[in-house]
Amino acid sequence: MSTLNKEDPKQLVKQLELWEDNEVNTFLNKQPEREDNFYTLGGFPVKRTYTALDTKDIPIDDIGLPGQYPFTRGPYPTMYRSRYWTMRQIAGFGTGEDTNNRFKYLISQGQTGLSTDFDMPTLMGYDSDHPMSDGEVGREGVAIDTLADMEALFDGIDLEKISVSMTINPTAWILLAMYIALAKRRGDDLNKLSGTVQADILKEYVAQKEYIYPISPSVRIVRDCITYCAENMKRYNPINISGYHISEAGSSPLHEIAFTMANATTYVEEVVKTGMDVDQFAPRLAFFFVGQADFFEEIAKFRAARRVWAKIMKNQFGAKKAESMRLRFHCQTAAASLTKPQYKVNIMRTTVQALAAVLGGAQSLHTNGMDEAFAIPTEEAMKIALRTQQVIADETNVANVIDPLGGSYFLENLTTQYENKIFEILDEVKEKGGTIKLIEEGWFQKHIADFAYETALKKQDGQKPVIGVNKYVEENEQADITTHPYDSTTADRQISRLQTVRATRDNNKIEKLLNELIEVAKDERQNIMPITIELVDAGATMGDIVEKLRTLWGTYRENPVF
Amino acid sequence: MPTSSADLVARLKKGDLRAASRLMSRAEAHDDETLNSLGAIYKAAGQAHIVGLTGVPGSGKSTLVSKLVEGMREDGRKVGIIAIDPSSPFSGGAILGDRIRMTNLVMDEGVFIRSMATRGSTGGLARSALTSVDILDAAGFDVIIIETVGVGQDEVEIAKASHSTLVVSAPGLGDDVQAIKAGILEIADIHVVSKCDRSDSNRTITDLKVMLAMGINIAIKDRDGKPLWQVPVVGTSSETGEGIKTLIDTLDKHRNVHLNTELGEERLRQIAEYRTFKTAEDLLRNRFFKSTNKTIKNVVEQIAKRESDPFTASNDLLKKIAF
Amino acid sequence: MGLPIRVLLAKVGLDGHDRGVKVVARTLRDAGMDVIYTGLHRTPEEVVNAAVQEDVDILGISLLSGAHMTICPKIMQLLEDKDAADTIVVVGGVVPDEDVTPLKEMGVKELLLQDTPPKEIVARLEKLVEERGPR
Ligand code: B12
Ligand SMILES: Nc1nc2c(ncn2[C@@H]2O[C@H](COP(=O)(O)OP(=O)(O)O)[C@@H](O)[C@H]2O)c(=O)[nH]1
Ligand SMILES: [Mg+2]
Repeated sequence: MSTLNKEDPKQLVKQLELWEDNEVNTFLNKQPEREDNFYTLGGFPVKRTYTALDTKDIPIDDIGLPGQYPFTRGPYPTMYRSRYWTMRQIAGFGTGEDTNNRFKYLISQGQTGLSTDFDMPTLMGYDSDHPMSDGEVGREGVAIDTLADMEALFDGIDLEKISVSMTINPTAWILLAMYIALAKRRGDDLNKLSGTVQADILKEYVAQKEYIYPISPSVRIVRDCITYCAENMKRYNPINISGYHISEAGSSPLHEIAFTMANATTYVEEVVKTGMDVDQFAPRLAFFFVGQADFFEEIAKFRAARRVWAKIMKNQFGAKKAESMRLRFHCQTAAASLTKPQYKVNIMRTTVQALAAVLGGAQSLHTNGMDEAFAIPTEEAMKIALRTQQVIADETNVANVIDPLGGSYFLENLTTQYENKIFEILDEVKEKGGTIKLIEEGWFQKHIADFAYETALKKQDGQKPVIGVNKYVEENEQADITTHPYDSTTADRQISRLQTVRATRDNNKIEKLLNELIEVAKDERQNIMPITIELVDAGATMGDIVEKLRTLWGTYRENPVF
Repeated sequence: MPTSSADLVARLKKGDLRAASRLMSRAEAHDDETLNSLGAIYKAAGQAHIVGLTGVPGSGKSTLVSKLVEGMREDGRKVGIIAIDPSSPFSGGAILGDRIRMTNLVMDEGVFIRSMATRGSTGGLARSALTSVDILDAAGFDVIIIETVGVGQDEVEIAKASHSTLVVSAPGLGDDVQAIKAGILEIADIHVVSKCDRSDSNRTITDLKVMLAMGINIAIKDRDGKPLWQVPVVGTSSETGEGIKTLIDTLDKHRNVHLNTELGEERLRQIAEYRTFKTAEDLLRNRFFKSTNKTIKNVVEQIAKRESDPFTASNDLLKKIAF
Repeated sequence: MGLPIRVLLAKVGLDGHDRGVKVVARTLRDAGMDVIYTGLHRTPEEVVNAAVQEDVDILGISLLSGAHMTICPKIMQLLEDKDAADTIVVVGGVVPDEDVTPLKEMGVKELLLQDTPPKEIVARLEKLVEERGPR
């Protein structure tokens, strides 16, 4: 028996032909395949099987080794063999105290990082007693108005020891300022703080729809977060450039990565414009992707994302340090793939998605609760989701070999196809006038809306099977589930602390600082962080700061695209 | 039991806007009972300044309307807006997107916004849009703006069937003078170049001015050959507010040139003629297709068999209508 | 002459989940309806004003933020106040089962929640307008 020989593709072509003529045909004659053509969830056609012919054109250096440029196989040389990914379940509801309890519970269950979700008023920059906040305080996340809330949120948690992620965007810089002010009050070393604010405003305009100001001042704020952290917080990720929301808003996995890269390069360009060396800040840029349902496609997607980023940083931005080129990402399993009917099946879905994230080399992971389609998660749902990760880590041995699917004909081929398509899209973005222009024109949004609509139609006609929804449906199913209760005293509790802060602070000082803030905001060369830290430390509310800047910058209004 | 249209008209005349919006729906639906009331509305109307506004899609019309109206509201004028967007040629449905640019006006009691779809060439757009204008006029609005997309004959004519017609062009939508391409250069009483916050807007203004200078003599003159109205080009920005005040003043000037003048009366006659024709066309079409009358069926049958021809038959049908 | 059904689709409050409402907008347009979308972050007052001026057959509210028990009563009251109680109100998005009955009691005609197939949404809305009859 001869060995498969890469040098002799002819032999392989021949072998394939014979196989198709003989074995395959014999079987096809007996029973046709389920479909004429098979596709990934993202629409990439897939073949019956893959061989060395499908990888022969891939440069061996593109695949490389873990921890080596272009990092296809992982950002680090030892990966999970030294430390598992960070198990980071999101928590956030009610007041700071309420969420603090959940944090402590999750830590006691073995969680290794914290992740905070905020309520809509906090996400959008309204104080809890603003009319727009009515009915929303502490409902979809934790309510934060002032530094006092932040103190309650992290009470008894050592910020030098645990990394904290905050899902916050247009108001990210204010939350970051509060985090810093809190750490300073506690006497923590800023260079020991680790974690991230999401602060990825560009994807807000296209996907998550949390925005306050027009694009240009908003990007400037992001720039300020990045440069401030590069100079003052060595271990902190000032941004989490996110494809997750793009995907959940409906996009294909390909567009998830391509659009995220378009956004990422825009931030890098903005920071470089300030004169900061790319290697000074790029190592702390972090990413956030979804873990979708198409198992292999997701793994290929993650691997391609790493390769693309490495090449962009090296070739386009001239980065020198390896750390600037290695893409690290947090992953969340795909919430929009979870269903209300037969909700326990969500645990299986999440498990498979989580496994893809691990095999794809994620640095941090949130697994969704089985109650995702009902309300924000209960303690019980989060525990099982955390256990899912722990089972993968501790019981399956998948974490012992790095990039175990590397070298798979199929996977390497798909990884490279992904890479090529991502670069094609990035070229198109450039050619059409750049990321910000295309956001204004709704170009990204249109792609997302189209795929979302297509998905809805495919679900409707069963082309995209969803167990419990369009397949194996149980008539008259009664959901036997306890969901997260909303505590109706939340708003009162929250507003009363807010009023206490307002009553006890030095209002003249706040006034003076707010005027300084405006001056800093007007001068693009200045950094908005220091004055904001002063403000929150003096008891300014998030609403004070946001409204003041609205007088200068105005409000963004979107042109919806269908 | 639905309220009678006559009741609605009575309420309308007292300024009841709920009645106004319901009457618009009924008129658009070609509801027979309502059609009988429309005459009364027409006669009650006639006070408002009607402004037609057109331009290619994306030229910034809706955004401009929102700023323009904000400005007009400062001196207390009540403003009605009829915003027309195209229907999908495939499904006949539409996503009417103009209103979304006007959210700043939604809480203003002195502003009324109504979205309408074009509904293809047989939808009677002109009739129903201009009827909606009457309704707002009768309800006491001082200014009524009709925004139409400057493509398609009907849409352009509707913008023309107003006291003052604005044609909007924007920078960045291609190299040609858009108004020429769209065939709407000549209909403008005032040319607006929007998005003047953009650096390429000067070029659009210059191109347009050159075109106007070269083109047909568009200045309107009095008997002695003294120009009464020279079509101006006004640059505006809905971002910075630049030019909005000037545009309002220019509109007022245009209105004054036409108020109680021979010129204005001529324009009113033209509008009346257009409306009569459009309404007649629409009624005819409706009667034709709604008809349960045997006559039309028989005629059609004969034509199909080539026993008669469409020309003779149409003539015969029209003879039954006395002008 | 039958006019297309007129629908105002509204996002009220701070909720930014708009994937669903966009799917619905497109679905209804493709089914021949006239759709007006309010855009994000509107107040109940703004939405009701628009519904009145546009004289829509249906006011469709898309809510995934959990604030429906605060927002819906306000909207129902405002419709009443503005003589527009004959507007058919429909809610879509994420609403817990136990809130369905109270919402219907306050006048919401139908709730079309997660994973309702687009065709079914069209059929339900057509049915509701038919049941209402002329107005
Ligand atoms: C996708 C998603 C997101 C995306 C949204 C992208 C976007 N632009 O829409 C992203 C990732 C950005 C996101 C963010 C957040 N999300 Co979210 N999200 C979801 C998720 C997983 C799916 C929603 C979805 O789009 N489904 C697909 C569409 C097609 O379905 P649909 O919206 O339900 O619409 C269908 C029907 O409901 C109906 N319909 C909808 N509207 C209307 C209107 C009318 C008139 C009609 C007739 C029908 C109709 O028709 C549609 C087709 O069938 C849900 C959970 C879930 N499974 O529902 C959570 C969920 C809604 N999110 C939640 C939360 C908390 C948030 C955040 C606040 C988290 C945070 N603290 O940061 C943010 C807030 C974002 C914001 N700006 O508001 C919670 C809400 C909790 C609650 N209501 O009690 C949920 C329930 C998840 C959870 N269990 O915690 N989210
Ligand atoms: N820069 C700039 N953009 C504008 C201006 N007016 C409108 N736009 C943008 O142009 C696009 C089309 O505007 P819209 O009013 O809907 O145009 P319409 O289709 O002509 O009604 C939108 O993206 C607006 O934000 C303006 O004055 N300046
Ligand atoms: Mg428009």
